[in-house]
Amino acid sequence: MTHDPVFPFLTVLVLLPAGAAVVAVLVPRNLSERAARLAVEGVGLAGTLATLALAVTVAIRYKAAGGGYRMVSRHEWASSLGISWHLGVDGISLFLILMAAVLFPLALVSSRVRHQPRAFVGWVLLLEAGCMGSFVALDLVLFFLFFELTLVPVYFVVAGWGFAHRAYAAIKFFVYTFLGSAFLLVGIVALAFIHEHQTGRLTFDLVDLSATHLGLASQVLLFLAFTASFAVKAPIFPFHTWSPDAYAESPVAGSVILAGVMAKMGTYGIVRFDLTLFPRAVVELAPLLLTLGVIGIVYGAVVAAATRDLKRLVAYSSLAQLGFIVLGTFALSTQGLSGSILQMVNHGLIVAVLFIVIGFIHDRRGTWQTSELRGLQRPAPVLAAVFTVGMMASIGLPGLNGFVGELLILLGTFLTHRWWAVVATAGVVLSAIYLLWAYQQAFHHEPDPKSASIRDLSWREGVVVAPLVVIIFFLGIYPKPVLDRITPSVNLLVHRVEIATLTHQPSVASAHAAIRDVAATGVRDGRSSMTVALGSRPCTVGLAKAPTVSRTELRLTCRMASDRDGRSALSRMASR
Amino acid sequence: MLHFAYLMPLLPLAGFVVLATRGRRLGDPLAGWIGTLSVTGSFVAASVTYAAMLQRPAGARREVVQGWFNWIGVGGFQVKAALLVDPLSVTMVLFVTSVSALIHLYSIGYMRGDADYPKFFAYMNLFVTSMLLLVLGDNLLLTFVGWEGVGVCSYWLVSFWFERDTAASAGQKAFLYNRLADVGFLVAIFLVFSKTGTLDYLGVFSHLHAITPGTRTAIVLLLFAAACGKSAQIPLFPWLADAMEGPTPVSALIHAATMVTAGVYLMCRISPLLALSHPAQIVVGSVGAVTAFVAALIGCAQQDIKKVLAYSTVSQLGYMFLAVGTGAYEAAIFLMVAHAFFKGLLFLGAGSVIHGLHDEQDLKRMGNLRRYMKLSFFTFAIGWLAIAGIPPLSGFWAKGDILTNAFARYPVLWAIGLLTAALTAYYMSRLMALAFFGDERWREVLARPAGGAEGAGGMVPHEAPWVMAIPLVVLSVLAFFGGVLSLPWHPAWDPLQWLGPVFGSNLYSPVQSVGTKWALAIVDAVVALAGLGVALPLWVRRSEWPALEPPALRRALYLDDVYDAVLGRPAEAFARFTAVVVDNKVIDGAVNGAGRVVRVAGGALRRIQTGFVRQYALGIVLGAVVLLAWMASRALS
Repeated sequence: MTHDPVFPFLTVLVLLPAGAAVVAVLVPRNLSERAARLAVEGVGLAGTLATLALAVTVAIRYKAAGGGYRMVSRHEWASSLGISWHLGVDGISLFLILMAAVLFPLALVSSRVRHQPRAFVGWVLLLEAGCMGSFVALDLVLFFLFFELTLVPVYFVVAGWGFAHRAYAAIKFFVYTFLGSAFLLVGIVALAFIHEHQTGRLTFDLVDLSATHLGLASQVLLFLAFTASFAVKAPIFPFHTWSPDAYAESPVAGSVILAGVMAKMGTYGIVRFDLTLFPRAVVELAPLLLTLGVIGIVYGAVVAAATRDLKRLVAYSSLAQLGFIVLGTFALSTQGLSGSILQMVNHGLIVAVLFIVIGFIHDRRGTWQTSELRGLQRPAPVLAAVFTVGMMASIGLPGLNGFVGELLILLGTFLTHRWWAVVATAGVVLSAIYLLWAYQQAFHHEPDPKSASIRDLSWREGVVVAPLVVIIFFLGIYPKPVLDRITPSVNLLVHRVEIATLTHQPSVASAHAAIRDVAATGVRDGRSSMTVALGSRPCTVGLAKAPTVSRTELRLTCRMASDRDGRSALSRMASR
Repeated sequence: MLHFAYLMPLLPLAGFVVLATRGRRLGDPLAGWIGTLSVTGSFVAASVTYAAMLQRPAGARREVVQGWFNWIGVGGFQVKAALLVDPLSVTMVLFVTSVSALIHLYSIGYMRGDADYPKFFAYMNLFVTSMLLLVLGDNLLLTFVGWEGVGVCSYWLVSFWFERDTAASAGQKAFLYNRLADVGFLVAIFLVFSKTGTLDYLGVFSHLHAITPGTRTAIVLLLFAAACGKSAQIPLFPWLADAMEGPTPVSALIHAATMVTAGVYLMCRISPLLALSHPAQIVVGSVGAVTAFVAALIGCAQQDIKKVLAYSTVSQLGYMFLAVGTGAYEAAIFLMVAHAFFKGLLFLGAGSVIHGLHDEQDLKRMGNLRRYMKLSFFTFAIGWLAIAGIPPLSGFWAKGDILTNAFARYPVLWAIGLLTAALTAYYMSRLMALAFFGDERWREVLARPAGGAEGAGGMVPHEAPWVMAIPLVVLSVLAFFGGVLSLPWHPAWDPLQWLGPVFGSNLYSPVQSVGTKWALAIVDAVVALAGLGVALPLWVRRSEWPALEPPALRRALYLDDVYDAVLGRPAEAFARFTAVVVDNKVIDGAVNGAGRVVRVAGGALRRIQTGFVRQYALGIVLGAVVLLAWMASRALS
């Protein structure tokens, strides 16, 4: 852990949107309605954009090597209760922060709220603070507070600015997730008390708590308590039925944030807390969670295929996408987990594009039922093209971001849990079926009279979707900068789980990292060559410190000509 | 000069970007010319690369990997975006870019006046980019990228006229069949990586010893499943006939000359793996032979000129797989190239006929067109003789190579292949007779007011503009003389022989006496002439022979209906059941039920439903939970 003395980036990241929320609410009442709306929207945009700028700065300053927490700020807060203001970012949370920071301004701009703009913008900004806080909190109570803090704004956004059945959807969402949170809170408190009993110190700090000695039975119980809450939030099958209602009845901003950002709080929670705190339970229960993930993939697709409501369709496709994320997480291989983290980001972007475009369609035609839409592509080709990009990314077309994440997840799962991966791969076909059907119904054919006269994307609408489309392409073609930052943190986590459970992922999954780690020890010990086990075959690695470069950079050669595994792995390393 | 190899896929990509962003402004026909030029540039780059390759000594020096950047890298999984330039990929690029350039040129005329003219060329350029990525990729994953890319371009181009319901559905069908097959590709990728730790072709081939024989067979068969989808083999061929809904240049380029051969290319690319698995070879060869025969049979009874050609394509692809299965990789590539020439030619010729008859595709409403469309007739006739296998046209040599190999290795498959050759000559002659000979049955078509503005009864079919004529002429020359790519009696002049080192010892070369070879060649020619001799007199005289067109063949063995009844409808019913009953009633019902129980139990609480009260309630609940947890943990420890 490194403290960053210069500037408390993460604290500001959390407080900035909260402050902007206050400003938005305090916009003077005596302004004309139009002026007030402009002022409020200005505050909202400025607040979210400033947060985005800050998030980008964090990403630029982030140093990936080692994979530990960076930019940590830690302050005693309620020390008698063992709660501290402990924030930090690593490769797992970094891109979730960035993704959230990108989505919030777009969500704000994409929904044009007519009544009570102050409250709307205020709630959205408060929500952003809660989301950011959840992703950077390293204290369990702090995390819980942020996690809960997000419920209230969403409840009010859905109930206040939603569609016909908004009241039902909002209550259902609130009660369901709130019940889930109760389990989480019980789990957190129980864990802290067990820790206190062992060490005599009451603390909720994640790093401290991860050293708690837990028997398998308590690990399993605590894991179930934590996971119940995360499974509702994500949602994971069969805890998903609040999501189609909530996504469908929300205003555009609500849908984008709920599905794009808040769903990730569930999967992120699993990665951050379950894997760190309860590794043995994770390994023990992995088959169960993998199965739920696969069921989610297939089930979400099957229900989506029977849905004629575009928003609900995206909700069920999200269920399938989150199934992939769960699958990759519990595969417990470097590729699977890295893929899951990447896919959390990807899914956020994809689902945002889809919901925003569906919102545009609703603005024009007043419906998102595919049965009432026809032939939209002829009058609105650009709108259709943007939807196509989101759709194809969701289907996993190579060249777009969804493919990279899905591939890594499926590959990583195949290495450790082959048959789950095979069934999940079959699920890839299903997403093509329901999305193409929906596309054909809404966009193909001769347009009906009402659709024939709709206008294509306006300049403003284009600006909203353009950044998402660009990022979707970028992450599909050149995901390296992102993966290079995710992987070290993932390695650390997977390694931790392996040590705690005495399990090993197959050597092909980690050949690269394994050689480097072993070689680094060899150089430190001053040896000139050493033997590395790759799969079943030993391979002799010659080590030489290159004279002109820093200590960590190694020139490696494999001397045993017979071993190709080692040679190719080394030549791959050397060529980097 | 090999450094310029990356230009091959990048030029069409640049064309795509320009057309996708600026296409509307460029308009008709400038957009078409830009599309054509970018592909032509790619062909020039390919020619330069080819020339540079020939300068090098045969063998490993002709295998060049051109790295771009690290695409995906996580732990032990490292995949580069890199091109593998070797004789196989360069051969593929040469014929893909040359045929593409000609078909782009043709499209400038054919698509004239279409509302989405620039978009058409944008898709076409993207298709060429993907196809080149497919053949040039240096690892399985990059090939898969191209593989999916051509699939999605095919989807867009088949449903190009998306206002037509049939076109929209056909595009979707093509995509879904391919997608289903691609599951095999993905699982094969995972299997290869888990066994060898790499996906680079050269890397994988250098550790084949690490893979057990059973796994090798599994990998090959999984990839073959993907190939069956892309190359329309049994049981995944029905999509190709529907794909004829796309504009005719699309059928010519994607569904005849290039994309559908990707499966054959893939099998050739993994030949070191395939050669080690005897069972897989038998499967590939048999599926190929049976598909060739069945598709030819179906082709005999089709009435739509494009559908005859589509089933003919399926049949010819079957031949290529037969060749691959018998280890005759060079022969497979030979037929692939020759087929691209003559089938491209036939489709463009058909397009010219369709164009001339104002979008009429029904053979029974054509006839005697040779009087009105002289150029189309001559060029089409060359394609016809070439595919029928009449010496000395290209088809005779290419098909002969395949059958000779099959004869030496699996005589049963050879017999099926020979029977198919007879059918091929028959159905193509039937098509020829119905379209260009016999009675003029198109009079009422042209009298219809729908097509042309004149709508006068005196209209006759008209010949296409010059941009459409040039590709016809060039392709007919290639289809005629294509045989020189690999003539049997002159080893010094055998351009395709440079492929040899790619396949190395995997190439099956039968030892046959000169007498056997001559005998087989004569049998081929006789069979082809017999097919011609039977069909022409029959179909020139009359256009209706119901006995020769049984409904089972016209409906393509009812395969679509069977799939619909066995898979489509049950799946739909299952989806509806899951959505309505399982999700709505069971799962959500349980949730809402639980909610109702709580509500009834706490009926009193309902009366204080203001927001503030709820906040207090929330606080109380939190406090209770904390207390509970504290007590629980005390009790536990």
